Order: sequence, then C-alpha cells, then structure tokens
Amino acid sequence: MNQVVINFDLCKECGYCVNFCPKKIIAIGSKINKRGYYPPVIEPMEACIACGTCAKVCPEAAIEVYKDI
Amino acid sequence: MGEKVFLQGNVALAESAIRAGCKYFFGYPITPSSEVPEYYARKAQEEGLVFVQGETEVACFNMIAGTAATGKRVMTATAGPGFSLGQEAMSYMAAAGLPAVVVEVMRPGPADGEILASQGDYFQAVKGGGHGDYNTLVLAPCSVQEMCELIQDCFELAEKYRNPVILLSDALLAKMRENVELPGRKEQNCDLSWALTGCAGRKHNVMTTCGDGAAQWEKFNLDLQEKFAKIKANEERWENYQTEDADIILVAYGSMARVAMGAMKLAREAGLKVGLVRPISLWPFPVKAFEGLGDKTFLVTELSAGQMVEDVKLTVPHKENVYFYGRLGGFVPSPKEIFEQIKKLGVK
Amino acid sequence: MKTIYKRPEVFTDVNTSYCGGCGHGIVNKLIAELIDEMELREKGILVWPIGCSVYADKYYKMDAICALHGRAPALATGIKRSLPDKFVMVYQGDGDMVSEGMAEIMHAAVRAENFSVIFINNAIYGMTGGQMAPTTLLGQVTSTSPYGRAVASSGYPVNMAEIMANMPGVCYSERVTVNTPQRITATKKALKKAFELQFENKGLSFVEVLSPCPTGWGKKPIDAMKMVDEQLIPIYPLGAFKSPEEVPAK
Repeated sequence: MNQVVINFDLCKECGYCVNFCPKKIIAIGSKINKRGYYPPVIEPMEACIACGTCAKVCPEAAIEVYKDI
Repeated sequence: MGEKVFLQGNVALAESAIRAGCKYFFGYPITPSSEVPEYYARKAQEEGLVFVQGETEVACFNMIAGTAATGKRVMTATAGPGFSLGQEAMSYMAAAGLPAVVVEVMRPGPADGEILASQGDYFQAVKGGGHGDYNTLVLAPCSVQEMCELIQDCFELAEKYRNPVILLSDALLAKMRENVELPGRKEQNCDLSWALTGCAGRKHNVMTTCGDGAAQWEKFNLDLQEKFAKIKANEERWENYQTEDADIILVAYGSMARVAMGAMKLAREAGLKVGLVRPISLWPFPVKAFEGLGDKTFLVTELSAGQMVEDVKLTVPHKENVYFYGRLGGFVPSPKEIFEQIKKLGVK
Repeated sequence: MKTIYKRPEVFTDVNTSYCGGCGHGIVNKLIAELIDEMELREKGILVWPIGCSVYADKYYKMDAICALHGRAPALATGIKRSLPDKFVMVYQGDGDMVSEGMAEIMHAAVRAENFSVIFINNAIYGMTGGQMAPTTLLGQVTSTSPYGRAVASSGYPVNMAEIMANMPGVCYSERVTVNTPQRITATKKALKKAFELQFENKGLSFVEVLSPCPTGWGKKPIDAMKMVDEQLIPIYPLGAFKSPEEVPAK
C-alpha cells in the first residue's frame, strides 16, 4: 500500500493537498494540532497512487510520500 | 622603510589600507574623500583589488557589510552627507558583528554645506548616528603620518572586536600633503570561524539582526553591551602635551590639534603655562587623559558649534572651568586666533 | 518502499512563520529541494530580506544573512565579489525589492552581478499587516489603500520581470507562479535555471514568483490561489522575458 505521511504539527490547514489530490482521498481531519490547526487525513490510503501532488503543493513540506514497489 | 614620500592625506590613507591587506573597496565619490576610491580604482589591477563604485552610500555601506561578513578586510570612504546615509548600516554592522572600516572625511554641514574642514560630525560618529544601543570605535589622526598608522590599526581593531571602526578625518587632513614614512604590509591574523564562506566542514553560520521576542533580543543586546564595555575598557588613546605644569589645557583633536599645538607654543613663549590634551580615540573618549588635571581650566577648540566639549564637561570634575571656542563654515582658526582666546580666559 | 517525496535534508525542524497557504512556503521548499539536488548547502550563502521571510535564515542548515530592508542585492554584491565561486541567492518580497530596495536591485542589474534573485510578488506588504505595495493592483483594497489603489495618489503597479529583462546586465528573467502542481514544477525549473546561471558569468538571473497571500487578501488559501489567476496574471503575465541564450558571458 502506498503511504502518505503527514507531519502533524507542521500543518497549517491551508487545504491545498485536499484541493489538488487527483483521487480526492484527502480531507481535513478532526484532530487538532498544537498550533490549533486540523491536519488532513487520507482515506482510504489504499486508493493513493503515490503521485506526490499533495507533497508538491504543501507549503510546509509537511507531507512525505512513499510508493509500494 | 625609512624613505619618506610627500603624499596627500587621502592617497596616503588609501595606500596604507592596501598595505594592511584591505583588498575590497566600495565607495561613492563625495568631496573631500574621492581620492580614496580613485586610488583604489587606479591600483586595482596592479594590487589585485576589488573596487566597486556603488550607486549610493546606502548601497556602499551595505556592500562593505557583505564583504565583511565573508571575513575579508574592506573599507569605504565618505563625507558628511554620505556618512548620514550610511547610519542604518552602521547600526546593522555593529549589531551583526561585521568588522568593516569606514573613513569619514568631515566637511561643514548641516546638509550639503561646504567642502572645507569641519569637525561637525563628532556627535554623529561618536554617539552613533544610527538607531539603537550600539557604539563604534572612532579614531582621529592629526597628521598624514598618523592617519597611515591608524588606518592600519582600524582593521585589526575591527577584527579584534568584530565591530565596525570609524577613522575620522576632515577636509584639511585629507587634502594636505605631508612627508610620510608609509607603513609596511600587514597580514590579517584573526579567527574567522564566524564568517559566511559556505559551511563545508563546520556548522552553518547565520547572521541576523531581527529579534525573536524580548527575552532573546535583550540577551542579544546585553552581549553587544559586553562587547562595547570591552572596547571602552581597553582602547582609549590620547596624547598629552605639557599638561603637568599647565594652568590652561587646550583640548583638540584632528586638524584643530595642529592649530592648538601652534597656539600652545605661542602661549608658552608668552609665559603662559598652557598644555594640550589630544584625544586620538573619540569613542571610547579618553577619560584617562584627564586624570590628575581636575583643577585646571580647559579650552576646548573645535571646528563646530561645540560637540566634543560636552564630553570634556562630562569627564572633568568642574565643568564650569570648561570653555569653548569654535569656528563654523569651513574656517580654520590660526594658532594666533586661539592664542587670543587663551589670553581672554584671563587665567594667571 | 520507494521514496516519492521526502522533506528536504537542508531544512531544519523549525516551523515556518508563514501563514497557511503562503506562496513563500512553497518557494522555500523548492529552494531547499534544489539545494539538496545541486549540492549547494556547503557552497553557498543565502541572503534574506525584511518581510514575511525575515526568519527564513532559521529554516536552512546553510550559511545565511538577513539583510536590512531593501539592501539584499547590495549585501550580496559584497559577498559575491568576495567569494565569486560560491553560490549566492538573493530573496526579496515586493516591499523589500520594489520600494525600499529599488535602487539596489536596479544597480545590481546595472553591474550584471552574478547572483540569482528570487522575487516574491504578492501585491501587498504581508509582514507589516497588509499595506499597499508598489505591486498592488489598481483598485485593490489594502490597509493603506482602503478605497482601492488609485492612480492619482499611488501610480501604477510595477512589472519587475519585464523591467529586469530590459537590463543588459540581466541574463535571465522569468515570471512564474505556484497556484497549480504544474506551475510549481515550472517554478522549480525556473529557479534551477537561475541557480545554474550564476556560474556562467552572464550576469543577474531573476525569477519573479506570483504568490497567494491569503491573510493579506482576506481570502481562504484556495480562493487566494484563484485570485492569482483572475487578478494578478492579467497584470503580471507569466513567461520568460529574457533567455540566457541571448546573452554572452562577460
């Protein structure tokens, strides 16, 4: 399964990853981080194609993407 | 060594700076300092110098900050209006620990003024024309020979304390020609681990003067104050002439010190016991020069409306015994004129 | 697992001071990627401005200096003339470059200084709370143009990429933006070109990046990205205004 790892406390909830994910599997989460933002969650992770778009648009370099090979 | 050459002040200063290993010069032409950049431009190829005529003094003062940040010896030369433009950068260099040397050749202000001799930038140079709590060493020569020696000291002192240093000259010193024995070549010899050179083999260096909250910024300032306290404790320079038996003490620096020496001679010939305290470091003000002279009468002479006189009054125990005589507009009084002022004091 | 994207090595752990959705964040990240890929970390000095990116010196494990407002090109001149073999990057916003520092950037171009300049244009003064910039659009409401920027009082927006392209001392000038993944890729390509050019002795390389400013424009980040398309690009067209192939080495 491909993996998208969000650095929970770096996120500022800008919504770019949510907006640009081609599979529309990213949504704003419900857990608050220490800066008061709600980082995104990927659901279902199985649908992730590891395109890296979310990592590309994130202004905080808070997203890492790994492809299962 | 030993050979004397007849050189203009600005030219001798530039040659001495080159011999001190100052290969970088960024400057904007302004009378009466332009011979300094012109000399650097002429000698650039022969001596392997980097000379850039910056677009404004604002830019030049920031260019020397950049080169100083890389650990190289660097200088600019300017006059009053240009020195005013550089004040933000003076504050910056003192804060960031950048050891650049600034030559300020005073001319009469305020504003555009004249291009003759003046000492009207004392407050600006000594108290600091930039914002915030900072200081810079200020050295004031009184002859072309002394200017050659002091400019070389400026680079060492700037590196010793990681602080900008001002060499305070004036139109007369800059333009007059005297016999000088030029100083020899000096090598830079100081710790440069703090410099920006690319962080291969070491932790990266970051220079910033932007505060990050009161606690951090207070600590930053207290560290700076410690630096200035060290300079103050160790770098007072002065020369006293016949002060031990004097009743009247002239206090003068730079060009005016030469006039004062002449006046002192006339006074002594007339039987008056006159001495001279000649500050060489204007910051730190040479408080030690005045030790034991508390009971004397002082006549401070400056080419201004009275600036150093305030520091003399702060230094001596009886400020009511401190008198002032100055000229403005670019007039330089003769020794006789000062001698008349000495007589007017009516001190027996 | 194959790594598709990992946080750049040169980044420290410091959380940036940028607002959520800020274009600075995206560009800072691209710079970090290029520093890693081009192995510039130990060979370079970054020169930061006064503006929203004032603390960027803390984000990279690399020699850096934060210049006085507007003076980065002058500071960088002093650094690059001292260390011509090192990589020197100048990064400025619209207040820093186009207002306070207009003389410094123009004369760095006059002198054909061999460093790479990144200009972040968000048509506003972000750090100081949203005042008008020289790049603010006509009619745009800011805290110092509360009724919209008007020509009579404040003149016209300034097109820096075009101005730079007209300078003989500039070998490369391109305007890009970061409001889509494709455009982010194109921005990285432009930055890389600018970084490589400084070692070809052809003069100044210049990349202007139109950036969303959600806080300053009073918009959600996604809407700020739309505003770049709808309002900024018509005034600040994307494209290369000067290509280095036209410029000989000095």
